[in-house]
Amino acid sequence: MKHALRPSQYAILLGVMLSASIGDSFLKRGMEQIGAVNLHHLGLLWHALFNPYVDIGIVLLIGFFSLYTTALSWADLTFVMPATAFGYVVIALMGRFWMHEHLSLWRWMGIVLIVTAVGFVAGGPSRTEHPKLDQMDAGAGR
Amino acid sequence: MTSSPPLHVWSAILFVATLAVMGEVMIAAGMRQLGDLDELRSSRGLGGTIAAVLTNARFVLGALCMALNFFSMLFALSIANLSLAGPAIAALTYVGNAVAAKFFLREHVDRRRWLATLCVVLGVILLSR
Repeated sequence: MKHALRPSQYAILLGVMLSASIGDSFLKRGMEQIGAVNLHHLGLLWHALFNPYVDIGIVLLIGFFSLYTTALSWADLTFVMPATAFGYVVIALMGRFWMHEHLSLWRWMGIVLIVTAVGFVAGGPSRTEHPKLDQMDAGAGR
Repeated sequence: MTSSPPLHVWSAILFVATLAVMGEVMIAAGMRQLGDLDELRSSRGLGGTIAAVLTNARFVLGALCMALNFFSMLFALSIANLSLAGPAIAALTYVGNAVAAKFFLREHVDRRRWLATLCVVLGVILLSR
């Protein structure tokens, strides 16, 4: 099993956390400016594409998807998922300090639990090795 | 918004979570098949790597599931409250991914990873309160 990640791989995991959460926050800020979208005002979705906050959010979410797939190429799904769940914490903290939302005691407890989860997986191996399966996959995929 | 029968609401939530799990597992399987993208890029270049990913059947199926997941999520949110659907879908997806990764991807989901998954599920539920 691989126990250690390279610094560049830690940077990719950090990028996954930050790009998703910051991207979501930009989308939220942009959609607040656009207003509520419903079936009678679907045209607003087209209008939203010209909002700079929405545009930055879309670019960040495209970046998130490419970084996420890169992480899955060298780490297990059950490693990447909890490790990148820290993004929920970033969203909550951005809501608190950027959007000036109230964070209840329950939410702070949620933040502590997610940070704990990241600590659990960060100390373990990132990848389950299956030499035979990997050989078969490599033969089929390349 | 919440006048839909609970059976409909929970069926929609379960459907969205199932699509998310299928998508994530298929994408993970595709990436495992391709191997480390950094190594692939050094041998094939950026264009070759992007082409290898976009022509991988598992990745394409997974991306299709994620696209369907997005639209089914919109439907679920039209019949269920965000405060119920959001955390329920996230929690079910985390647990479903751990189970599917163990049985379909043959990942070694040890006690540490189960605890981490449980902590994330509880954390997401608390964050939504």
